[in-house]
Amino acid sequence: MLHYLLKRLMSLILSLAVASMVIFAVIEVAPGDPASFMLGTGAQEDTVAALRSELGLDQGKVSRYLTWVGGMLTGDFGTSYTYRTPVAEMVGERLWVSLPLALYALTLSTLIALPAGIYAAARRGKAGDMAVMGATQLGVAVPNFWFAMLLVLVFAINLRWFSAGGFVGWDKGLWAGLHALTLPAVALALPQAAILARVMRSALLEVLGEDFMRSARAKGLSQRQAIRRHGVRNALIPVLTIIGLQFSFLLAGAIIIEQVFYLPGLGRLVFQAISARDLIVVESVVMLLVFAVILVNFLVDLTYAVVDPRLRRAA
Amino acid sequence: MNRSLFLGGLLSGIMLLLAIASFVWTPFDHAVMNIPDKLQTPNATHWLGTDHFGRDILSMVMVGARTSLAVALLAVGIGVGLGVPLGLAAAATRGSWLDEVIMRGNDLVFAFPSLVIAILITAVFGPSATNAIIAIGIFNIPVFARVARGGSLSLWAREFILTARVAGKSRARISAEHILPNIANLLIVQGTIQFSLGILAEAGLSYVGLGAQPPTPSWGRMLAEAQTLVSLAPHLAIVPGLAIILTVVGLNLLGDGLRDRFDPRLMEGRA
Repeated sequence: MLHYLLKRLMSLILSLAVASMVIFAVIEVAPGDPASFMLGTGAQEDTVAALRSELGLDQGKVSRYLTWVGGMLTGDFGTSYTYRTPVAEMVGERLWVSLPLALYALTLSTLIALPAGIYAAARRGKAGDMAVMGATQLGVAVPNFWFAMLLVLVFAINLRWFSAGGFVGWDKGLWAGLHALTLPAVALALPQAAILARVMRSALLEVLGEDFMRSARAKGLSQRQAIRRHGVRNALIPVLTIIGLQFSFLLAGAIIIEQVFYLPGLGRLVFQAISARDLIVVESVVMLLVFAVILVNFLVDLTYAVVDPRLRRAA
Repeated sequence: MNRSLFLGGLLSGIMLLLAIASFVWTPFDHAVMNIPDKLQTPNATHWLGTDHFGRDILSMVMVGARTSLAVALLAVGIGVGLGVPLGLAAAATRGSWLDEVIMRGNDLVFAFPSLVIAILITAVFGPSATNAIIAIGIFNIPVFARVARGGSLSLWAREFILTARVAGKSRARISAEHILPNIANLLIVQGTIQFSLGILAEAGLSYVGLGAQPPTPSWGRMLAEAQTLVSLAPHLAIVPGLAIILTVVGLNLLGDGLRDRFDPRLMEGRA
């Protein structure tokens, strides 16, 4: 187990190192100098030079990379070029929208998908299975931002159950916050639920063919009991992987959904930063998202080892 | 012919035809504004209605199909063009440092949230259809590399490959002449899946303004423009959305159908 843990930890660190280099390099080759962009076209040359040195842009690439990475490790994400406030502060505020949104969506997706997948597997080939599979076929094809627009049309504009966009803030209470995030979370969750339901179904179908399931039936359990007690648990490993991967889709997908609902999350921060050429914000937010994704994948791998002792030995 | 293959082929075929037809004919000029005719619901003259500038939506959807299909197809091309040789090389040198480097590199790209990186790339290098193709294409590379490697590994142990090796053919030549034709089926199936994912990705990038730029119509941008008008004229959002869904469903069904066709054993235990 320790060996497995160390090996995974090494690959986690390596992934993060390479990821940070790639992101830094991409931002590095971006055309346009942030200092001259901030000061506008009429700026004097020495003013630009002074600002460049203040922002640390006159240093070498390697030293700037190390400063950036070192800063991130200690929670200092640098200072926004446009707002002149610490990036960490801006990210912190926005995270309180994006993270709850992704988690809300993940919860919804799991709550919808697992029962649907189990139901379909238990009724394989029958009408119920066909209906679920047809719905998932449609679910994976629907762009979530389009679905979001339809939700706004129906539930915000016509029925007026929810607001069409914006976020009231958590200080108005948990309920108000969740209420504001409900439509975005549903929009994010449904396409993911379609994928997850398919995975749940096929994982369970595979397990249903195993000898221990036959034994469970032979000792007198009904099909339903056998599925509940033995089937679902054994089918959970592939499902867990997908749930882990989905977290990254949800965080990234939230970027677009936040645009639809005008939510003040990381996504809007990134787009505002992009249009203002506030590259340090873009760089840090992207790195943060990549970090979150790599970390979640790492945690999923660890969970495997806990769920399935065979993997511990194999590693 | 199985049902998925038929329905998938039909839907994808119609979309492809619409895209190709748009080069020679559209009901109206997709770029011509005609304000007096604005925001019409579908009617006899404008079959799918008009937008807030009075442009014909059917014409825009047809020309938009061109953009969506081209971007997704070229992104698949990048994935196949770079990923397949990498996968073949990894399989041919199984267990070597080259195999290790290629596969670890693959894992690394997989670990990235693709949409975030696509946004980063298009943001830094400027929004355009070309950059969208590159951004989507990069994430197709590891997919095809993995499929190509996985499909090739078992082939390398087969007798006809051993015969070729005994005959003195190089690993590269065997990969090209014997392995590649035998994994073509797998690659075609994966190609349809990546094609459909590419359509969704392009739509997303265009929607946030990082894909094809005006005046080139694209389904994603039509949706972005429809957003503020959705309560006035829901058809502005519904039509391009349906175009995306029908294309993606069509390609997914086509992929399923082709998989069953190439490997009938899968029909039995298909999940």
